[in-house]
Amino acid sequence: MLSTRKTLNGNQSIAEAVRQVDPEVIGAYPITPSTAIIETIAQFKADGMISGEFVCPESEHSAMSVCIGASAAGGRVMTATASQGLVLMYEMLYIAAGLRLPIVAAVVNRALSPPINIHCDHSDSMGGRDSGWIQIYSENCQEAYDNFIQAFRIAEHMDVRTPVIVGLDGFIISHSMEVIQVEDDEAVRSFVGEFTPLHSLLDTEKRFSIGPLDFTDYYLEHKRNQLEGIENSTQAVAAVGEDFGRIFGRKYGFFEEYRTDDAELCILVMSSAAGTCKDAVDILRHKGKKVGLIKPRLFRPFPHKEIAAALCPFEAVAVLDRSVSPGSFGGPLFSEVRSALYDCEKRPKIVNYIYGLGGRDIKVEHFLEVAGKLEAIADTGKIEEACGYINLRE
Amino acid sequence: MRKETWKELEVGTVNLDTANSRDNRTGTWRSGRKPEFIPENCIQCFFCWLYCPHFAIKVEDKEVIGIDYDYCTGCGLCAEECPSKDKAIVMIKEELALDAEREC
Repeated sequence: MLSTRKTLNGNQSIAEAVRQVDPEVIGAYPITPSTAIIETIAQFKADGMISGEFVCPESEHSAMSVCIGASAAGGRVMTATASQGLVLMYEMLYIAAGLRLPIVAAVVNRALSPPINIHCDHSDSMGGRDSGWIQIYSENCQEAYDNFIQAFRIAEHMDVRTPVIVGLDGFIISHSMEVIQVEDDEAVRSFVGEFTPLHSLLDTEKRFSIGPLDFTDYYLEHKRNQLEGIENSTQAVAAVGEDFGRIFGRKYGFFEEYRTDDAELCILVMSSAAGTCKDAVDILRHKGKKVGLIKPRLFRPFPHKEIAAALCPFEAVAVLDRSVSPGSFGGPLFSEVRSALYDCEKRPKIVNYIYGLGGRDIKVEHFLEVAGKLEAIADTGKIEEACGYINLRE
Repeated sequence: MRKETWKELEVGTVNLDTANSRDNRTGTWRSGRKPEFIPENCIQCFFCWLYCPHFAIKVEDKEVIGIDYDYCTGCGLCAEECPSKDKAIVMIKEELALDAEREC
């Protein structure tokens, strides 16, 4: 088995995974910062390095429609998009999930307009968190590559059959070079395995209709039936992450715990900012502060039991959101985490910080400030501000 | 008819029981008006049959013979498209639509 180290950015890492998996259809429309994924795939196609059909229609709505049609026809399908592109797909995201089509999408997380901004935050995929897609977030290029490969196995698991979004941070990851471990082509293909569709519209022997009209007497049952897929995916994510670790040496779970043993304070943050936070935790640990980090990887379905169990022992927790849910009490991640803790007998104090919207940098010093605030909360037992901001000019 | 529980349904809103649109009696959608067929004015052009979105124009021995009210939604397209000088289909008032057989 030939596993090689390559210097790739996030977009190239995804494209490399696509080349290895070689899906039957790629339906995509380029948008910053995900453009390079699609460009690279187009180049692979032009160079005869992939056999799948590459379809570039007139918009992202149509790109997702291409994916839906191709998936219902029985193919293995992927796409990549970001920001306004994902938002333009929203209508079709619900269709893909409702029809239980195991499409895999790379979402290069980027802010939403207005004001127009091409830089990173999680507003795009967070807005689609109720569309029924599984959502997995990546800290770096290696994780983006690993997650994208695993996403096919998760989506296509017979008990799941639900589309998956793999998130990676726009520019911070998509355009940053990193030395990553690229696994052997055959090993990746064998890990992903052959795709067998549940139904294929091209199978003229077994005719069926898909997505027909429901009245009040069936809609509720169909929706309940749909939820089974994403609920089952929790087990599949765990099993696939375990298997990936066994074969390639990098094991994945629902979230990563960093120096949480004996920790009293915890920062919970997703994606690339978790990497910066690890540096801050190291500095704090060096000073003798008992601070740890939890980096959620799986956001949909939200592993509420496991997150609650992991957070219960702490005295104070800060949840950092890279998106807002206007009018809600805190960001999307905060709402989930806070709700998950409700049934715990001993709950930590919990605060929310919104950070990094539109690519606003978050540095080690900001995490040190957050840890300082957590320390004060743990000492006094009082929360002065439940939902605040990081690095905002007040 | 017994309706399936959510666990019994096919995954992905797939319907394996194809060619079953007859089971959906779209005539229950009709409200307030219905087409009336006037055979003596009919020139057998089949425009109504062609335009009807629900195949609710009854045909027998290659001749239009009337309206199938089990499926007619009362949209009025047939009456609108009828080219006969004296219309062979006119929309009339209907007090009560077809009894709904729906349970939910």
